[in-house]
Amino acid sequence: MASFCRLVLLGFFSFSLSWVFSPPPALAQERPYFVAYDHYLEEPGNLEIEYFSTYGTQRGGNNFLAFWTEFEYGATAWWTTEFYLDGQTTFHDSALFTGFRWENRLRLLEREHFVNPVLYVEYENKNGADKILKEGEGHDLESGFLVSNAEARKEHIHEVELKLILSSTFKGWNFTENTLAAKNLSNSPWEFGYALGASRPLALKASAKRCSFCPQNFIGGVEMYGGLGDRHNFGLHDTAHYLAPVLAWNLPSGWTLRISPGFGLNDNSHRFLMRWGVSREISGFGSMVSRLFRGHQ
Amino acid sequence: MKAVAAALAVSISFLAASVVLAQSRSSGKSAVSATPKYDPVIYAELQKAPEKARNRTNPLQNDPDAVAAGAILFAQHCAECHSNSAEGSPKAPSLLVREVQTATPGALFWLLTNGVVRKKMPVWSKLPEPQRWQLVRYIKSLGGPAPAGDSPVPKP
Repeated sequence: MASFCRLVLLGFFSFSLSWVFSPPPALAQERPYFVAYDHYLEEPGNLEIEYFSTYGTQRGGNNFLAFWTEFEYGATAWWTTEFYLDGQTTFHDSALFTGFRWENRLRLLEREHFVNPVLYVEYENKNGADKILKEGEGHDLESGFLVSNAEARKEHIHEVELKLILSSTFKGWNFTENTLAAKNLSNSPWEFGYALGASRPLALKASAKRCSFCPQNFIGGVEMYGGLGDRHNFGLHDTAHYLAPVLAWNLPSGWTLRISPGFGLNDNSHRFLMRWGVSREISGFGSMVSRLFRGHQ
Repeated sequence: MKAVAAALAVSISFLAASVVLAQSRSSGKSAVSATPKYDPVIYAELQKAPEKARNRTNPLQNDPDAVAAGAILFAQHCAECHSNSAEGSPKAPSLLVREVQTATPGALFWLLTNGVVRKKMPVWSKLPEPQRWQLVRYIKSLGGPAPAGDSPVPKP
């Protein structure tokens, strides 16, 4: 319980950032996906603070609530860097902080093309109790989550994850395909996975009035993701797969709300995952920091 | 336990930094109004638009709501760098200069779509096409070209 309180505090402190800044209104036009990535990066100098939760059912064990906070910063127009803090609560077990991740996305081509490649490089430092299910990889099965937190946290994972993001936008639709390769640095084989996504705003034209409920503020879609085995056993055998409708609501105040019920597609998958998230974009964060260190002109 | 304490320490540090930054922000507004940037590289990008793109006409040219909608989009997505009045800031150039105001709607649409990634101008194709055309209508509505050879923003 004490751990849970600490995690709640962590979320509170993270989010208090965005309240304190009170930035000028900047409508976030955020992707609705939880797992898949499109080719759009954070605008240079902007910081986005995001909090996400995943409620998962567990056959033969205790359901869980995993959560993570992301700090996403647009370093340049071709490079976005993100820092994650992960945690989880397993009901009738315990709550714990499970680790951190540092993610970088690099746009490979200068201009827009029919297919736009982005390279994704991530370092993960987490323990075996991590349950955020931010990606499907290797042979990650539902049965692997039956281990108690006390036991699972003993496993220390240093992992490098690479993704090739191929994303297209056509007539308002975004289609994206992510191919994943992950390597636990403790001498484990390369593991593979995929994520697919399609989404579209409910309206393509903007309204002439500032509004919260206008259809262009809502982006709906679907994503599908799962593992593809590892170097020794590549394929769909002993892998888990999910299909999840997604919906994002971009508010004019700069907040974005997301929700996604996910469904396991085979016996190796959790039957049901309920994800939701809230994020706030802070415009001009980089300028604020540079002013702090340079002094006023 | 140590990891939790470290995470809390990071969060508290962020919070403290945010308070300081918020104060610096509220007392440092004038810093933003420093000399706007005149960036010939970005203006030259308009000339790189392929002929087919340059010649595209704005499908919302006669839409009576396009300028008002474009103004809202501009405030939400562009004003942070180009300033509310579009006259530019140290971060991004003016959109009131001759190079922009005499550019064809198609060239502006092309630049919005592709960005100038090397110069920190993001790709805006994440806005649906009609919204980019609404932005073009708004930018073109800001004013006619200045007299030849006379840019509102002096070259440094």
